[in-house]
Amino acid sequence: MENPEQLIRKGVHHDGLKEGLVKAFLGSLTWGIVIVALLLFGRICWDGVPVLVKPDFPFIDVAFLTEKTETLHVFDDANAERHSLPASEYYQWVDEHGADAVFNAQTYSYSGGGIAGPIVGTALLTLLSIILALFFGVAAAIYLSEYAKQGRFINLVRLAILNLAGVPSIVFGLFGFAVFVLVAPVFTDVPSDRSLFAIPLGFTWLSFQGWNSSLIAGSATLACMMLPVIITASEESLRAVPQGFREASLALGATRWHTIRKCVLPFAMPGILTSSVLSLARAAGETAPIMFTAAVAAKDDFPWEGVSGPLGVLQSQVQALPYHIYTLAARIPTSEYTQRAQYGSVFVFLLMIFMFSTLSIVLRNRVRSKLKW
Amino acid sequence: MVSDPPTKAVPAVAIENLRFQYGDKQVLHDISLDIPSREITAFIGPSGCGKSTLLRCINRINDRIPGARVSGGSIRVAGIDISRPDLDLQMLRRRVGMVFQKWNPFPKSIYDNVAYGLRIHGKKSGTEIDERVEHCLRRVALWDDVKDRLKASAFGLSGGQQQRLCIARTIATKPDIILMDEPCSALDPLSTLKVEELLLELKQDYTIIIVTHNLAQASRCSDKTAFFYLGKLIEHGPTGRIFTTPQVQQTEAYVSGAFG
Ligand SMILES: Nc1ncnc2c1ncn2[C@@H]1O[C@H](COP(=O)(O)OP(=O)(O)OP(=O)(O)O)[C@@H](O)[C@H]1O
Ligand SMILES: [Mg+2]
Repeated sequence: MENPEQLIRKGVHHDGLKEGLVKAFLGSLTWGIVIVALLLFGRICWDGVPVLVKPDFPFIDVAFLTEKTETLHVFDDANAERHSLPASEYYQWVDEHGADAVFNAQTYSYSGGGIAGPIVGTALLTLLSIILALFFGVAAAIYLSEYAKQGRFINLVRLAILNLAGVPSIVFGLFGFAVFVLVAPVFTDVPSDRSLFAIPLGFTWLSFQGWNSSLIAGSATLACMMLPVIITASEESLRAVPQGFREASLALGATRWHTIRKCVLPFAMPGILTSSVLSLARAAGETAPIMFTAAVAAKDDFPWEGVSGPLGVLQSQVQALPYHIYTLAARIPTSEYTQRAQYGSVFVFLLMIFMFSTLSIVLRNRVRSKLKW
Repeated sequence: MVSDPPTKAVPAVAIENLRFQYGDKQVLHDISLDIPSREITAFIGPSGCGKSTLLRCINRINDRIPGARVSGGSIRVAGIDISRPDLDLQMLRRRVGMVFQKWNPFPKSIYDNVAYGLRIHGKKSGTEIDERVEHCLRRVALWDDVKDRLKASAFGLSGGQQQRLCIARTIATKPDIILMDEPCSALDPLSTLKVEELLLELKQDYTIIIVTHNLAQASRCSDKTAFFYLGKLIEHGPTGRIFTTPQVQQTEAYVSGAFG
């Protein structure tokens, strides 16, 4: 080697300093993000845990999870003792003690009882919307990846679907309102006045008068919002299934549809489900799409109460956790009493989302270890 | 092109002036070739000369490749032109089985792999399928290895075993012709030998076409050999003659290892 002295460093070592600075800079940014996230979750837990957790058995405030939302009545009795009772218990108390025994009465809406209504509403909305989105999304993905003639036009369609994923959720909300709430077709014996047009079918009418604000309209809107992600992810999962399986199946004399059913979909399903659960977690948290299409702030019954059959459930309005939180936080005057409901709801909601995400990760890992090629 | 006079019986596959292109790129030029029944025919030739393409034309699995099309000539299987519009494609593929270069068992159990084709073709009865599965696995000398774990995943088998499983899966539907695209190229010499033994055994009942880069393999187990170069059939005839006294200079150069 010529001039081996080159290998020995002389003078100040600038490179090492630079490396250190870069590392410190990137590191501080990363840890900054982590700290903000921890503070956020910490704050939610700090406020939420006391609402949900009790010191004695069963350690969880079951009533908060299973009781309906009620107005909270706060008042003093004759002995200047302070009571805070949800509406139902309050009226009982008044029946027993007489209305004269109530002093300094104040009411706080949505602050008594539990949040069973919003939990049930959100659960139904997500369940129904994922069923709708999976059905239409997987069908479209199968068509795009297995049947459609690949070319510029199909790529354009793909691009359009991908762009749909970036459309703000409030736009989906308005779309859902315009389409599902106002003009979607229904079968009815008596078309309503505002029906866009009605087709007589002899025994009944097919009337384009919308589904009103209802569970089904909200779910359909949420499904539209999830569709782009589900179509794209499903198509990717379908393409990830090796061509070899398809060729082997076709070469054995199977039809294309049989091949897809037996040799492609089963192996793509785990991937499809994983990404669907993730998009579900996002959709479950959206307020804007359901605001005009399904959600109500207050509702005395569960969706299945006071309706006739499953169709009635679909047509009823529901409470929903994100909308409930929005109402508590921004639409009514806050007080120490509303805050309990608010923090509790946020905490429960976060737990639900956390469960969805965990489920999807567990699903993915289980499947990854089982299916490999 | 130099070829021997055609055999008298109806050939299992008769290829006539076949031209084939991917998009605008023509990869097969006027190929004419008769493949006799119950013999092993080997396709040899340098990489990219169109052996796989020709093979994949015979069961029309190339149909699924966008832009791929036959632009002239015909292929007859048992005397039937397979480009007829009223051809039953599923039936053709049932009669013309295919084994792929990269073994590709389905991620299902060993049993379900072999039973797959049977179930497609409407066999429902359990015992009927059981018997056929056992028969096919015995035929490929796999039965003793797997009889205790038929319900286990096919992916737990070795590469050679998986390839033999794929052969069992193919013969389960009782094809007349089996197409094999480099079935041994990813196998070790011992597994290769086992597959070759299997081929010689299967040839009593099946017409086999095998694409191979392994000249020793072609000379060991094939009856007829066809040599391709740049999308053209250069020479074909009995394997012994192609390897000992080739009549075209290119064939001689290839089989003696001078190029390719
Ligand atoms: N799907 C395809 N699209 C376009 N061209 C293709 C496609 N498949 C193969 N070809 C081209 O067709 C020609 C013949 O390919 P083919 O796979 O039949 O060759 P081969 O003889 O089987 O080669 P090898 O021995 O390497 O397998 C090659 O030039 C290849 O590039
Ligand atoms: Mg090839």
